[in-house]
Amino acid sequence: MARTDIGPPLYKEMLPPICKENYGKWRYHEILKPGVLVHVSETGAKLYTVRAGSPRLVSIYFIREICDLADKYCDGYLRFTSRNNIEFLLTDEANIDPLIADLKAMGVPVGGTGNSITNIVHTQGWVHCHTPATDASGIVKAVMDELFEYFTTMKLPAKMRIALACCLNMCGAVHCSDIAILGIHRTVPKIDHENLHKLCEIPTLTASCPTAAIRPNPKLKSVDIKAERCMYCGNCYTMCPSVHIIDAKNDAVSIWVGGKISNSRIGPRFSRLAIPFLPNNPPRWPEVVDAVKSLVELWAANAQPGERMAEWIDRISWEKFFELSGLPFTDKHIDDFTLAQTTFRCTTQFKW
Amino acid sequence: MTEARKTPLLDDLEKGPWPSFVTEMKRAAANSPSAQDLLGQLELSYVDKKAHWKHGGLVGVMGYGGGVIGRYSDVPEQFPNVEHFHTVRLNQPSGWYYHTKALRQVCDVWEKYGSGLTNLHGSTGDMILLGTQTDKIQTIFDEVSEFEQFPFDLGGSGSNLRTPSCCAGPARCEFAMIDTTDLCHDLTNEFQDYLHRPMWPYKCKIKISGCPNDCVASIARSDISIQGTWRDDIKIDQEAVRAYVADGFDIEGMVIAKCPTKCMSFDGNELTIDNANCTRCMHCINKMCKALRPGDDRGATILIGGKAPILQGAMMGWVIVPFMKLESGSGYEELKEFLEKVWEWWDENGKTRERVGELILRLGMRNFLRAVELEPIPQMVLAPRANPFFFWWPEEVIQD
Repeated sequence: MARTDIGPPLYKEMLPPICKENYGKWRYHEILKPGVLVHVSETGAKLYTVRAGSPRLVSIYFIREICDLADKYCDGYLRFTSRNNIEFLLTDEANIDPLIADLKAMGVPVGGTGNSITNIVHTQGWVHCHTPATDASGIVKAVMDELFEYFTTMKLPAKMRIALACCLNMCGAVHCSDIAILGIHRTVPKIDHENLHKLCEIPTLTASCPTAAIRPNPKLKSVDIKAERCMYCGNCYTMCPSVHIIDAKNDAVSIWVGGKISNSRIGPRFSRLAIPFLPNNPPRWPEVVDAVKSLVELWAANAQPGERMAEWIDRISWEKFFELSGLPFTDKHIDDFTLAQTTFRCTTQFKW
Repeated sequence: MTEARKTPLLDDLEKGPWPSFVTEMKRAAANSPSAQDLLGQLELSYVDKKAHWKHGGLVGVMGYGGGVIGRYSDVPEQFPNVEHFHTVRLNQPSGWYYHTKALRQVCDVWEKYGSGLTNLHGSTGDMILLGTQTDKIQTIFDEVSEFEQFPFDLGGSGSNLRTPSCCAGPARCEFAMIDTTDLCHDLTNEFQDYLHRPMWPYKCKIKISGCPNDCVASIARSDISIQGTWRDDIKIDQEAVRAYVADGFDIEGMVIAKCPTKCMSFDGNELTIDNANCTRCMHCINKMCKALRPGDDRGATILIGGKAPILQGAMMGWVIVPFMKLESGSGYEELKEFLEKVWEWWDENGKTRERVGELILRLGMRNFLRAVELEPIPQMVLAPRANPFFFWWPEEVIQD
């Protein structure tokens, strides 16, 4: 019988001795080279971190291999970052290069520090989710293959954070990323009137719609959807399996830019729509990869040192962003949901 | 074991320099029929351009209402080994620090009872074990919770407190102004009942960052965002400032000019900060961490309401408590009392699947602030209201 409510294993027992001894005493850190950090304590102690990328979806055999490396070089201590990177925690500087050589031999890249593109945060996609409008792991792999040099170097104007969510549920909450890749549905759900009343609660279903597009249909013991109100969010499908949102012919990918999380300089902000539609083209989604790469390179070529995507666009304006990127500006770019009013321009100041 | 299927589309994703999830799936497939069928089903998804999972499914362990996500194939006749392919969420240790022994023993259990595939980690922070059958779930939980060293519990799912997560914290980072790892562990243990037994209107997430750099994206990804901050003056080591400049660091361009409140100046010898005008954005400290450090009067800002777009649109957390002292290992009573008040109000007033931020919008911040017994202060808003439609409380007007 399981022991319940024991909570997570105690983090203190997972810390290398140097972290325990210098807990709260770290003085500063430096990036020695891409993927390698040193944290220096008030006591003079030095902790080295080697950061490596991972595909997030990993087998137990991969985990055992990185455990072997952590045993060999780090007395068994390692951690993971919020962006699915692995961090090896070393006390002996002499172990850094041999560890990197072993990682290289395994095909695991080292990088993701400083002015780089670190690992892409993403969701499950077709691998394991029931509501996705696109895959996650496949697009991320294709994009990271193309942006690989930006992971292993630090030559960008500032850091860049890319995230992917395969539908509007956004279990990856990508909405504050420099570049967000977001799967979208584009058609009104198809209703299975025959089974709906057996599987779904009608009041919960009608209440689930953010635009009040769903109305009960008592005759059929089902619901109707007012097509002109539906914005394809898919929340009704989450509540009711008889309202089919998935439409392989129309499900697609959208691209959002200029969001950030940290408070440094300009505060946190939402990503904004750049490209409303790109097709789902497995296995490598070439249109998505090209779009992301073009945006990265446009920003890299035009931003001033230290300027993140949001700061660059702030400086040049959105109208200039669309001009420079060559991306068409459409009615999709003008908001008509809950935050619409906050995005309209109420000044005669704008650029041509 | 069935013969390996051909997966030409997925095989293409084994090429290229970034480590391949397809390679990982194939490694698992070599020893696991379910991983092999997962690979086959995913190839079918790549052909059909859609997922092949049925809608939802309820599975679980004794005593809990969450922690396992049911998943069933919609093409089980083709892929019988993923007919059931459920996810188990294991509550990660604070800050995602591991000793290899902890990881290895989870791998061993997952080799016996699961597909051998995992996510390190899921978006909420849990260790995600991807793919097992209904009859194995209880055994997995029994075994991971009985590990002699580093026993694991399940994480949250459903309408409950989701597994809290935090940044690297004071164990590795000089910017941590609160003890994020201790606080995360403490809150997770304090609220085990909320985490394991769904009883709320919807999910509620807590994320804890040690400083306003917010490495765990708490402002966007959690209903309750706790971020370390300070109130007194930034500490300056003038010698170290001069050393940066002597090394050729562009202090004017990279720091002074980028300060959002323009509260800094450098005369070639001394760096001056007008601390009263500093908004503690962290930029100068990030750029010159050898020379600048946050002050000593440390605590946290608490922001509430962050969430993804479903239902009323994406939101970021709003400042509700501009500063709260959170001393390491103190028991955090003030914070816990505050959280209980937030949850009580939300639980009482929230509609099904209404997040706490959406409820605040629907009922108004004034009602929320009364419920949690906080006085309004200007730090909570960017600007006061611009429209003349506002409520008065009955006691504020003369009654007939």
